[in-house]
Amino acid sequence: MERDDIIEYSLDGHHSEEAGVKIRKKIIFVTLLLTAITAIEVVCGMMIKQTSDYWTITKWFFIILTLVKAGYIVLVFMHLGDERKALKYVILIPYFVFMVYLIFILLTEGTAVGTTLGIYGS
Amino acid sequence: MAGHATKQIDAKTLWGGKISPFSTSYGKLMMWFFLISDALTFGGLLVAYGFTRHDYLGSWPIGEETFNSLPFLGHGYPLIYVALMTFILIVSSVTMVLAVEAGHRMDKRGVIRWMIATIVGGFFFVGSQAWEWSHFIHGSEFGKVELADGSLAIVKGHFGELENFTVEEAGSHHKKGDVITEDLMHEYQHAVELGQIENGYIHLHDGSKAKIAKKANEHMELIVKEKGGKYAIGKHIEGEEAAKMYEEVINSGEAGRVVYGANLQANEYGPQQYGQFFFFITGFHGFHVFSGVMINIMILIGVLRGVYHKRGHYEMVEKTGLYWHFVDLVWVFVFTFFYLV
Repeated sequence: MERDDIIEYSLDGHHSEEAGVKIRKKIIFVTLLLTAITAIEVVCGMMIKQTSDYWTITKWFFIILTLVKAGYIVLVFMHLGDERKALKYVILIPYFVFMVYLIFILLTEGTAVGTTLGIYGS
Repeated sequence: MAGHATKQIDAKTLWGGKISPFSTSYGKLMMWFFLISDALTFGGLLVAYGFTRHDYLGSWPIGEETFNSLPFLGHGYPLIYVALMTFILIVSSVTMVLAVEAGHRMDKRGVIRWMIATIVGGFFFVGSQAWEWSHFIHGSEFGKVELADGSLAIVKGHFGELENFTVEEAGSHHKKGDVITEDLMHEYQHAVELGQIENGYIHLHDGSKAKIAKKANEHMELIVKEKGGKYAIGKHIEGEEAAKMYEEVINSGEAGRVVYGANLQANEYGPQQYGQFFFFITGFHGFHVFSGVMINIMILIGVLRGVYHKRGHYEMVEKTGLYWHFVDLVWVFVFTFFYLV
């Protein structure tokens, strides 16, 4: 039975051959970018030891590169960048707010527990 | 992409019912909701890992010290193997997105081709993980040692080859004068764990006693991971002194001073929880990859039978694609927080 109360969204993704060429170019670009970022991370990980003075900077560098990678995967590969703003923010904002909170609170707590055990023994 | 997602619709129509304010089909929206809940699970696991790691302050294992081997090539290649695994997963993510793109053009052959590539990539990843688990469980040739002052140290270096065991006291299986040349490493590590090596002699499990012919260990390095009476965390002991201290532990005849590999009780890399987190996080991720491959195979069968072509769109491919990319996304974070930092 044909239903007229539902709009068929599944066809929205369809595109022409010409548009396909452009999209594939973008995919190749993102692939090369992700590979390059991983290569940079590995080289840095091999060169800079955790005892080095530059370790803190390197660590933040890794975290930023990871977020860049994640951003490209979510926005391009998963097409979230092409979805409506409402969907994008419903997915991203609550998750980010919660995770930032959780990371902050548990890492602070972890250090505190470690310090306490260090002073009073385990 | 064109379509409803970019079409301007006034707010009253959009939120007034009938039309989806997100402009997506029900199935795709539900896949996103599932992925958010799964992302919370993985987020929770990685944060729990972070908590435990901060708890241990300086004594947590370091990725490049733990994961430095390649199949067939041995040690000395920090992080290369995991980088390779990351690359495999990224490539299979790319082939998946190409399958989705082909689906948007109703190109059935393209979808089939790229989905097969994705499945092959997925199997490669699961296989790589199997090797890594096996390597992690079996451990290095040296193990982790408890030094005389009670501190625990991991060991780096080149293991001198075991040549043979010459039996000097007969047991129930070996006769005096027998030269054993098989399964030496296994026997040796087993004896070390039980404290059955003393001054260059090994007590074999059949009760015989044999002299060990072994080349000297070279380039030895001990890195203290848990402090004892004398050494603090992070202390490096190198060269002759390290080799001598290691030999002392091996030949002490005391059981339990050397740990090889990993299980849920102990591991040679660091605290007990390190092994548990390794098995749980990479295992849970590997389970996701495995189910992803299975789902991809199911969808591929659908594509081959022309189910989606008849339907007029390949949205099922897009939905499994979302799941598959999510698996890649999780690995990006596991790679950074488990292996890199």
